[in-house]
Amino acid sequence: MKSYHLDHLQHLETEAIHILREVAGEFERPALLFSGGKDSICLLRLAEKAFRPSDLPTPLLNIDTGHHFPELNEFRDQRAQQLGAKLIIRTVEAAIAQGLAQPVPGEISRNRLQIPTLLAAIEEFRFDCCIGGARRDEEKVRAKERFFSFRDRFGQWDPKNQRPEIWNLYNGRLNPGENMRVFPLSNWTEMDVWEYIQREQLAVPSIYFSHQRACVRRSGQWLPVNQLTPPTAREEVGNLVVRVRTIGDIMSTGCVESTATTVADIITEIAAARITERGSRADDKTSEAAMEDRKKAGYF
Amino acid sequence: MFTPLMPSASSATVPIDILRFNTCGSVDDGKSTLIGRLLFDSKSIMEDQLAALERSADITGNGQINLANLTDGLRAEREQGITIDVAYRYFATPRRKFIIADTPGHIQYTRNMVTGASSANLSIVLIDARTGVIEQSRRHTALAGLLRIPHLVVAINKMDLVGWSEARFNEIRAEFEEFLPRLDIQDVKFIPLSALNGDNVVERSPHTPWYAGPPLLDHLESVHIASDWNLNGFRFPVQWVNRPHNPTNQTFHDFRGVSGQIAGGIVRTGQKLIALPAGVVTNVRQIWTYDGPVAEAFCPQSVTLVLDHDIDISRGSMLVGTDHLPGTSRNLQAEICWMHPVALRRGKKYLLKHTTQTVPVVVTEILHKLNIATLDPEPEPAELAMNDLGGIRLHAAQPLYFDGYTTNRLTGSFILIEPGTNATVAAGLLAPPSEVIKPEFGDYAI
Ligand SMILES: Nc1nc2c(ncn2[C@@H]2O[C@H](COP(=O)(O)OP(=O)(O)O)[C@@H](O)[C@H]2O)c(=O)[nH]1
Repeated sequence: MKSYHLDHLQHLETEAIHILREVAGEFERPALLFSGGKDSICLLRLAEKAFRPSDLPTPLLNIDTGHHFPELNEFRDQRAQQLGAKLIIRTVEAAIAQGLAQPVPGEISRNRLQIPTLLAAIEEFRFDCCIGGARRDEEKVRAKERFFSFRDRFGQWDPKNQRPEIWNLYNGRLNPGENMRVFPLSNWTEMDVWEYIQREQLAVPSIYFSHQRACVRRSGQWLPVNQLTPPTAREEVGNLVVRVRTIGDIMSTGCVESTATTVADIITEIAAARITERGSRADDKTSEAAMEDRKKAGYF
Repeated sequence: MFTPLMPSASSATVPIDILRFNTCGSVDDGKSTLIGRLLFDSKSIMEDQLAALERSADITGNGQINLANLTDGLRAEREQGITIDVAYRYFATPRRKFIIADTPGHIQYTRNMVTGASSANLSIVLIDARTGVIEQSRRHTALAGLLRIPHLVVAINKMDLVGWSEARFNEIRAEFEEFLPRLDIQDVKFIPLSALNGDNVVERSPHTPWYAGPPLLDHLESVHIASDWNLNGFRFPVQWVNRPHNPTNQTFHDFRGVSGQIAGGIVRTGQKLIALPAGVVTNVRQIWTYDGPVAEAFCPQSVTLVLDHDIDISRGSMLVGTDHLPGTSRNLQAEICWMHPVALRRGKKYLLKHTTQTVPVVVTEILHKLNIATLDPEPEPAELAMNDLGGIRLHAAQPLYFDGYTTNRLTGSFILIEPGTNATVAAGLLAPPSEVIKPEFGDYAI
C-alpha cells in the first residue's frame, strides 16, 4: 500500500522551504544570515532545496565580530564559494572605525556591538528582510518569536505587540524603513538539526567534533584559552578533549568534554545530555533577561 | 473529507510523528505550571535551566521553585506573574515529538489563541476546579471548534484545592457537556489534575481512584492524529517562479518551473492540471526536487512543477487537478475572529491574504456575532469588536479560487490586513463555495 506519510524531519523541512519561498515571493531585497554554524548550515541546505536549480535569490550576510573561531570563518567562506553564493561580510572592527558602533571603555566582548553593525549593513544594502537560523528551543525569549518577526525603523522588536501568525499565512507587509526577520527553523530542536545534518550528509566546521584544546575554567565553564582574555595566574588551565555545542565568540563559547568524532556520536551525546546547548554560552548567563535586552535592541 | 494518512507499511521503524498542541485558560488557571510540570516530569528540563530556576527562587524569596518561570521568558511576564505572548516549547518522549503553544488568557487572547491553535492537532482547555466553567472557557472551546481542532482535553486543574472531589469534577464536566454538542469537536477528554503537585500529569494520581482514564501525558502520546491534510483534490498555490538566469549547468538553460507547497491532494507526472485564473489546461512534465525528480508528490510537500506548456502563471496563480474542482467567486462568506482593538464595521476595506495572493476586499455585511454565553449567533450586530467571533460577507477586487475551510484548511482560510498599519486584524474561515469553477474548454486543450 502506498504511504503518504512525512516523518518529523520531512515536516520541518517542508515548513521551512515554504517560508523561504514566501520570503522570495514577498520581499524585494532579502538577505540570509550565514555564520557557518550548524543552524545556518541547515538553513543553506533548505535554501538550496527551495530555489534550485536557480541561484539563491538572496546574498549571504555575516557580521564578523573579529573574535570568531578561525575554523568557523574558513568554513563559511568555503561553503559560500561552493554554492556560488554572494557573501557579504561586515565587521564590528570597521563599524567601530566608522563610528557606527561605540564600545564602552573596557568592553572586550563584541556581542553587543554586533547589533549596530548589523543595522548598518541592513541600511547600507537596504535589506528589507533578514533570514536567520534561530530556533525557539534555544532560549525562552526566542520561544516567543514568530516565524516572521517584525522590526520597526529602529530595528527594535516589540514582543508584546507581535503580529498574529495563523495557519501558514504570513503577513510580510512593511512600510519604508521597517524590516522583517524570518526564522524558518523556529520549530527545530538541537536534535532535529543534527538529525538533519546526518540525513543530508552536511559538512560542519571541525570544532563541533572532539579535539584537544587548551581551556581555562571561568564561571563554571571551560572556555578556550585566547589572546584577548588570557588566563590569569590564579585560573585553572587544562589541556582537554572537548567540542563546542553552540558557537559564539571565542571568549564566551564554552567547550564540553566530549569524545564525539562523528555526527552519529553527537546525536547520541545530545540524547543523553542533561544541560542545554545555551548552557555553554557565557553571554546568555549575565542575567535572566540578557537575551531579551539584546533582541529588543535589534539582535538577530 | 479528511483522508487519514496511511500508516507507512514498508518501513520497519515507525517514523516519529509530531503532535502539536496548545494550552489555553484564563490567567492563573495554571497553564505555565502545567507545562513546566510536563517538561519537568518527562525529564525535558536540563540542569542549567533548573539552576536558573533555583537562582530566581532564591531571589524571589520564598525559596519555592516556580515552574511557571520555565515558560515565562519575558521580563515583564516574570515581574507581573503573567504570560504575555504565545510561547513555544519542544519536548520528546520515545513515542512522540511535541510542540506546545502556550497561549495566554488575557485581553488579547483570541489573537494569541488563534496563533497558537491554528496548526494544533489538540487543544487543552484549563479550568480552575474552584471556579469551574467561565466565559473564557466557552470562548476557547468555541474557538477550538471553529478552527476544527480534532481533539480537546478539558484539564480540570487545582483538584487539590477542592479536596479531590469527584462530585465537583462531575459537576464541571456536566456543565461542559451541556454546550459541547453545539460545537463541532470530535473527541473530548476530561482529566482531573493538579499541575502544581503533578497529579495525573505524567504519573497517575493516588488521589483520584474514581478516575479511570489516563494521565495527561499518556493521552498526548497515544491520541490518534487524524491528518489535517486533504489528499482529495490537488491544490498548488504558486509561490515562486523558478527560472535560472545564467545557469552554470547548461541543462537548466531552458528550465522553467513553478515552486510551491502542495495545499491539497496528490500530483503525478503526466497528470492534467488546470492553471487558474487563466483557466488553461496543461500537463505535468516533471516533478522536480533538489533530491531528484519524483513520480508523485502529495500535500504538504514542497516541490517544483515543470509543465508542458509555457503558460501565463506567476505567484498567486493556482494549479488544480481536473476533479474535485475548487469554488470561485468575488463574493465570499466567512466566519472570522476579530483581533484588533478597532472594531470591524461594514464598508471598511482591507487586504485579504489567501494562499499566496493578496487582494483588496470590502466588508459588505456583518451577518452575526457569536454570543459566548449562549453560543447562539446574534443576527446583524453593528460591529465585531476585539475577540469577537462572527460571520461576515466580503466582496473582493478579483475572484478567489478556494475551498470551504471544512474541506481544506489551507485553501479555505485567510487573514485580513489593515492597509497602512499592516496589522493583521482577522483570521477568516471560508464557507463552502456556492459554485465550483467550470472549465469552458470541452476537450481540455489549450
Ligand atoms: N494548589 C494549586 N495551585 C496551583 C495549581 N496549578 C497552578 N497553581 C498555582 O496557581 C497560580 C497560577 O499559576 P500559573 O501557572 O502562573 O497560571 P497561568 O497564568 O495560567 O500560567 C500559581 O501560584 C500556581 O502555583 C494546582 O494544581 N494546585
